[in-house]
Amino acid sequence: MLRFILKKLLYLVPTMIGITLVAFGFIRLLPGDPVLLMAGERGVSPERYAQIAAQLGYDKPVWQQYLHYLGNLLQGDLGNSLVTKKPVLTEFLALFPATVELALVAIIIATVIGVPVGVIAAIKRGSWFDQVSMTAALVGFSMPIFWWGLLLIILFSGVLGWTPVSGRISLMYFFPQVTGFMLIDSLISGQKGAFASALSHLILPSIVLATIPLAVIARQTRSAMLEVMGEDYVRTARAKGLSTRRVIGVHALRNAMIPVITTIGLQVGVLMAGAILTETIFSWPGIGKWMIDSISRRDYPVVQSGLLLIAAIVMIVNLIVDLTYGLINPRIRHK
Amino acid sequence: MTDTTVKISDAAIRRRMLREFWFYFSQNRGAVIGLVVFVLLVLTAIFASLIAPHDPTQQYRDALLVPPIWQEGGRAGFLLGTDAVGRDMLSRLIHGAQYSLFIGIVVVAIALTGGIIIGLVAGFFGGWVDTVIMRVMDVVLAFPSLLLALVLVAVLGPGLTNAMIAIAIVYQPHFARLTRAAVMGEKAREYVTAAKVAGAGNLRLMFKTILPNCLAPLIVQATLSFSSAVLDSAALGFLGMGAQPPASEWGTMLAEAREFILRAWWVVTFPGLAILVSVLAINLMGDGLRDALDPKLKRS
Amino acid sequence: MSLFSTRMLAASAFALMAAAPLHAKTFVYCSEGSPEGFDAAPYTAGTTFDASGHAVYNRLVQFKPGTTEIEPALAESWDVSEDGLEYTFHLRQGVRFHSNDKFTPSRDFNADDVIFTFERQASADHPWHEYIPGITYEYYSSMEMDKLIKSIEKVDDHTVKFTLNQPEAPFLANVAMPFVSIVSKEYADALDAAGTREDLNNAPIGTGPFKFVAYQKDAVIRYQKNADYWGEAPKIDDLVFAITPDASVRLQKLKAGECHLMPYPAPADLDEIRADPNLKLDEQPGLNVGYLAYNTTVAPFDNPQVRKALNMAMDKPALIDAVYQGNAEVAKNPIPPTMWSYNDAIEDDKYDPEAAKAMLEEAGVKDLTMEVWAMPVQRPYMPNARRTAEMIQSDFAKVGVKVEIVSYEWGEYLKKSMEEGRKGAVILGWTGDNGDPDNFLSVLLSCAAATPGGANRAFWCNQEFSDLLAKAKATSDHDERVKLYEEAQVIFKREAPWATLAHSTQYVPMAKNVTGFVQSPLGDYVFDTVDLTE
Repeated sequence: MLRFILKKLLYLVPTMIGITLVAFGFIRLLPGDPVLLMAGERGVSPERYAQIAAQLGYDKPVWQQYLHYLGNLLQGDLGNSLVTKKPVLTEFLALFPATVELALVAIIIATVIGVPVGVIAAIKRGSWFDQVSMTAALVGFSMPIFWWGLLLIILFSGVLGWTPVSGRISLMYFFPQVTGFMLIDSLISGQKGAFASALSHLILPSIVLATIPLAVIARQTRSAMLEVMGEDYVRTARAKGLSTRRVIGVHALRNAMIPVITTIGLQVGVLMAGAILTETIFSWPGIGKWMIDSISRRDYPVVQSGLLLIAAIVMIVNLIVDLTYGLINPRIRHK
Repeated sequence: MTDTTVKISDAAIRRRMLREFWFYFSQNRGAVIGLVVFVLLVLTAIFASLIAPHDPTQQYRDALLVPPIWQEGGRAGFLLGTDAVGRDMLSRLIHGAQYSLFIGIVVVAIALTGGIIIGLVAGFFGGWVDTVIMRVMDVVLAFPSLLLALVLVAVLGPGLTNAMIAIAIVYQPHFARLTRAAVMGEKAREYVTAAKVAGAGNLRLMFKTILPNCLAPLIVQATLSFSSAVLDSAALGFLGMGAQPPASEWGTMLAEAREFILRAWWVVTFPGLAILVSVLAINLMGDGLRDALDPKLKRS
Repeated sequence: MSLFSTRMLAASAFALMAAAPLHAKTFVYCSEGSPEGFDAAPYTAGTTFDASGHAVYNRLVQFKPGTTEIEPALAESWDVSEDGLEYTFHLRQGVRFHSNDKFTPSRDFNADDVIFTFERQASADHPWHEYIPGITYEYYSSMEMDKLIKSIEKVDDHTVKFTLNQPEAPFLANVAMPFVSIVSKEYADALDAAGTREDLNNAPIGTGPFKFVAYQKDAVIRYQKNADYWGEAPKIDDLVFAITPDASVRLQKLKAGECHLMPYPAPADLDEIRADPNLKLDEQPGLNVGYLAYNTTVAPFDNPQVRKALNMAMDKPALIDAVYQGNAEVAKNPIPPTMWSYNDAIEDDKYDPEAAKAMLEEAGVKDLTMEVWAMPVQRPYMPNARRTAEMIQSDFAKVGVKVEIVSYEWGEYLKKSMEEGRKGAVILGWTGDNGDPDNFLSVLLSCAAATPGGANRAFWCNQEFSDLLAKAKATSDHDERVKLYEEAQVIFKREAPWATLAHSTQYVPMAKNVTGFVQSPLGDYVFDTVDLTE
């Protein structure tokens, strides 16, 4: 098993190097000079320009800059933001919990609803429930989530006034950040109403973010279940007189879960892309919005290292999914 | 003489396959509905300037944010109301169909061609060529697609063309992987070996012999990409990186409408609905296609 | 490390807040962006200055609220030597810096703090010069403080003497600007000892009206009233910046009572705000100008007659309606009317396409095709450059001049617009830094600024004009300066290097119960005088 993991990890190395090249390369190609942007309408004298460029290392040949960047990366230095001057990693860590909280709640919603719906739809194949839920899943799968978010805001914040428009918690509440997860921190704080406030801020964004994964999981669960239920051993179990519930619960479900878990894991990339849109719509202070802002501000180091971090996270999660898959299904390991 | 008979039987086979395909496809009610909506969409796009009651960029300064006709304050001339600078919503939506279809077609065309060529090369030659190509594809796939497309557009400069290129680049690895896997599977088959023995060149082998036999998954992937392209280009437009105003691209329209969300529901609702309906139609078709083309899934 | 420390800070601040009386007055400001940091010196954005310089810190001198006049702040008084080269500041005594859980000042504010504030920016060898990697002091160098200040001397604990290289009247206005907010030397030493130097930027200690409590990135900044404030203590107990980048969301929050005041409303929302019985709208002409700069070094724009004729072909009132939605006034001078020395006697070029056409013919210009550059970004002085360019296009078409509209990515735009021999006229603008006319006229129109890296995008070098500016700069007699600048504006109008377009209006929507907010002509948002009535 350890060898398997090591092999997989080694496999990641060239991809990781490729990713640094891509991240670095793109950023060099971005039009617009950050030094000039900093100076704005005022302009900057050639001497001053040279001075700043030298300070930022932009005067060196590109390959040297790249090697320098790699060297720093290996020491855990992801560079400093040009705008805030703070280390990119610090900024990332400050915003990351917000995105993780949103994504986790979204994936939980998607799984908790998606799996049972898929299972029931498979068992009652062809019933009205199957048809309605699968149509709904396809609609969800086709949803432009940025529009969906706006619609929910119109309805729940505008017309009904039930949920706040943006932010993570009401300004009334103020407590120390312990975990960075507002739901948990608000509970720890013990302030009355804080948890409810955090929840009411989280609900719309997480529904929006959950929409596509929910649809995918429901569809995937249904087809996995159908496939498993058609297999010989399930038929045998049924023939042996085991109750339908037991057959489905113990045998079919467990085997059907293998592809479903993979599907859930693979939603991480989808969630990251969705987070960009969701965070923009709900002014959610997470890394999706941070990336968008940084791209428009030409904050080279942030875009560069942000891309890298996000790609690394997606890859690691995919690796974990791979490994889990290998654990559940030992056949894969020996392939 | 023998030549012609072969051709005839070829055509006959093709006809039969098509019939069989249509049989399975038409079994799927959703797929047929999807197809109908899609055809309507295409017709709308083609005849946009004939159908649309107004010029989509014409600003009626006396009719700002007029609600749809059935709501109080609506006007007969503006069926679905007007936007913040007095442009007719319906006409803009109709013209928007052109953008979405165009984007879908171009993106799929670029991604498909690029992906097939890369996949064929990787699968056919194998060895280090394959390794290098697939590593590069892995790199592209490691980034969330929308984020990568965003950065690409930032590099290339915001605009419709660049958005299409960016999305196509991001989608291309899916096609490359599919092609490669199919080629690997087919390469060892007897008919390929036979063709090789018969002295067919590499190019001929790749494109004429192997490729037609792995088209089915590619077609399914292409429809999927078509709908995702419509969604992602709208998302880019929404983030201000896609088609630029005053273009009536649906995502761009939504971006412009954002500041009015709590005041004029129609400027927000309709463009999104248009996106949803077209993407849904394409996905319905895609489901039907997959069922009809993929015998393994036919039973479900 | 710094993450950890801000967290600890938040924890202790929480303890502080919990102990505060229940019905503390909390004022919420829906700000439009995140501050870059809390050390005002290395940054340039107004958002940062509102959150750091204005809330937490003081300067030696300050702008009297609502004006660009200078009044005493941490310096109680100052003397200027006869030759205008020496400024001696007499510092206020008994001013205490804030304290937080890790730092309590052992002494009052003194001359060492002043010297520390300036020298860390001035000298590249100063141990605090680059306390964060890659940090630069853009304002210090762009206001040319490095070239201006010869030496700073501590006369005694409460007296500091600045010696300048040349007499410079705007110097006092410069030291009222946020980038020279006085930081505590003692705090810096303490951070040095603790090895947490970046906290100078994360957990600011100042002398200002509000103490920094906590910042949650891109979400909320919290402050608490400084009870020991040397000036009049703030009337509110807590100040909160709720960071809300989207203008419509800001308004939504204001209407819902989630915040009390917001900057930069969307022009489309103004009528709605005026109609809302729970809100009020404060408006004031902004200290800015939007302009179209010709390239005065390229024919036929090197001929003032041609430039003048084109200016006469422009229908500016229509432009103000369409682009600014009426929220601006027509500009006739390069400086806005709220600025001292504004020459109101000058008459704007009349809108007269016929006369313009005749003038162009007279100048021998026929079938002219020109570029008009439209900037790709929104600025307070120019909400929609593209639309402006389109209107200029149709106006110029009426006098037989064909216009091609060109645009570049913002960084490119800034760079290309300063390239010598540039074809075409550029739409751009300026917002004042310190309210001194020199900050407009010298920066944008002097010969010195017409060189690479300058901001004179008309490449207009008029010796007579530049001499007047130089003279005004060297005089400390205010009336004399007014006269010189008025004269300079006459020359500007005669030579017409720009078409001056508009001075846009600044709007501040706020809840009805907000009192005491004074709009700053410089566009700062300062809350030491605000109060909330029941």
